[in-house]
Amino acid sequence: MSGRVFLLGDGVSTDAIMPGRYNVTTDPDALRRACLIEARPDFTETVQPGDVIVAGRNFGCGSSREHAPLSIKRNHVAAVIAASFARIFYRNAVNIGLPVIRCADAHRVLRDGDEVTVDALTGTITTPTTTLHGEPPSGVALRIIEAGSLIDLIRQGGWAALEGVQRVS
Amino acid sequence: MGTITEELFSRRLGHDVHAGDTVIAEVDVAMAHDVTGPLAIEAFRSLDLPLWDASRIVFNFDHVMPANTVAAAELHRVIREFCVEHTITNLFAEGICHQVMVDRRLARPGGIVVGADSHSTTYGGLGCFATGLGSTDIGVVFATGKTWFRIPETVRIEVRGALPRGVYAKDLALHVIAQMGADGADYCAVEWGGEAVAAMSVDERLTLSNLSTDFGAKTGLVEPDAVTFAHSGDDPFELRPVRPEYLRTLVVDAERLRPQVAVHPSIDNVHDIDDVAGTPLDEVFIGSCTNGRLSDLAIAASILSGRTVHPRTRTVVVPASRGVYLDALSAGYIETFARAGALVLNPGCGPCLGRQHGVVGPGERVLSTSNRNYPGRMGSPDAQIFLASPAVAAASALAGAITDPAALEPAL
Repeated sequence: MSGRVFLLGDGVSTDAIMPGRYNVTTDPDALRRACLIEARPDFTETVQPGDVIVAGRNFGCGSSREHAPLSIKRNHVAAVIAASFARIFYRNAVNIGLPVIRCADAHRVLRDGDEVTVDALTGTITTPTTTLHGEPPSGVALRIIEAGSLIDLIRQGGWAALEGVQRVS
Repeated sequence: MGTITEELFSRRLGHDVHAGDTVIAEVDVAMAHDVTGPLAIEAFRSLDLPLWDASRIVFNFDHVMPANTVAAAELHRVIREFCVEHTITNLFAEGICHQVMVDRRLARPGGIVVGADSHSTTYGGLGCFATGLGSTDIGVVFATGKTWFRIPETVRIEVRGALPRGVYAKDLALHVIAQMGADGADYCAVEWGGEAVAAMSVDERLTLSNLSTDFGAKTGLVEPDAVTFAHSGDDPFELRPVRPEYLRTLVVDAERLRPQVAVHPSIDNVHDIDDVAGTPLDEVFIGSCTNGRLSDLAIAASILSGRTVHPRTRTVVVPASRGVYLDALSAGYIETFARAGALVLNPGCGPCLGRQHGVVGPGERVLSTSNRNYPGRMGSPDAQIFLASPAVAAASALAGAITDPAALEPAL
């Protein structure tokens, strides 16, 4: 899938993605409109399906609010690519089927507005001039991604669906 | 054999587990609050499975309680109706979820607790493996009682010596966060130990475990001891590291610590108080799941007693829970705060997350005893947030500027 890069920095918190004043709701459209509302006010006005967010270290740090990855997903972002992700954000994104790719260099190599093609399953990020190899989810996270979401995985076979992954007991 | 985390999970699962293993484990309790609860309920409903165990599911109204908007009231209604439908009686509106979990002994030493809030790590101060998850994970626990864990590697924080007078668990935690970086313990467990930690009250240990999530940790554990069991009421048992292999050990010399301040815009931008003393403040907030407990209010009251807060600095005090509030009333702290000109609000999250009261405006500076100073956390993204101990907060409220309590006249 191809799209444009929205480039963000290090330590983008879930407060930046979805400020506390905007997440007192579960309404998908309200969450979509509030995504990055202060950190990147042009985001929801200009984002197109297939665009990607590229960021530095510790993306999604702070609050466990799932409203943050949900709001990104509702904007039809193809993937979030970051040098590293905060634990809860990463797990939440996987659980709801928002593609996430770890890539140490993407935020240094790519510029805001660059055209990229992303393969979320292999972690390959391609531009007209270069190819980057990121790290897609593996292990349990990959099983969840393959099922579609954590809800789908549990529906398809309960926790037994995870047997055989890294010595699950 | 292993770290506290490995020992705890090995015991619970009945066989040895090690860092790097992935396990599926039943939890003791699953908790959600008024903001994360409705999404967890949606996730649970989409599974179309029966409820796991009504007695082990807990909801707390704390983030926006009482409701200040129709939207917030609607979230509360969704949770109330769910609790009626499933005869869930653990629905509380008496303060911050994490303090209520401790007050009501829903989190216990040696237990496994998950909460739809990142600061669920707080119960680690009791020797409970506790971690924050998102709403979907919690919704699945509502149906199955289980979740998956990757057994984390452990970072050991070994604190040698005793904390000097006027230096507290908050200062220690901020110092460690500065050393480790805001993602320094990402995906890891943190063990807090050593003389200074052994000498701490449960309140202070909860502060350490609470702040563990703010440098990325999955959980922040303190070995349970006589202090723990006296507080929890459980029969004592041993849960300690046995020939552990740590990913990293950070040794801290407690006696060298000074009061610390985390300066806008990140929690690892930590300075000795002398670097930022004199910075004028528009607001001081004393409270939160980090520092809203009785011992925190006692420290603040001892500094504010007989004095008046600076007129330019609105000072907001929020007891962490009804239990803390009642104890603070009995001890006379609430009257002290009121006479000092502070605004005492009902137990709950208060100004910490900029959603209800005490919201800060553009260009304002606020010093808070809470845990996050991200831009926009407490209101305007153009406000600056400083994080410090209740002692620094109270002294700063009096001076209207960031102040070392030791510098107050007459000396304390």
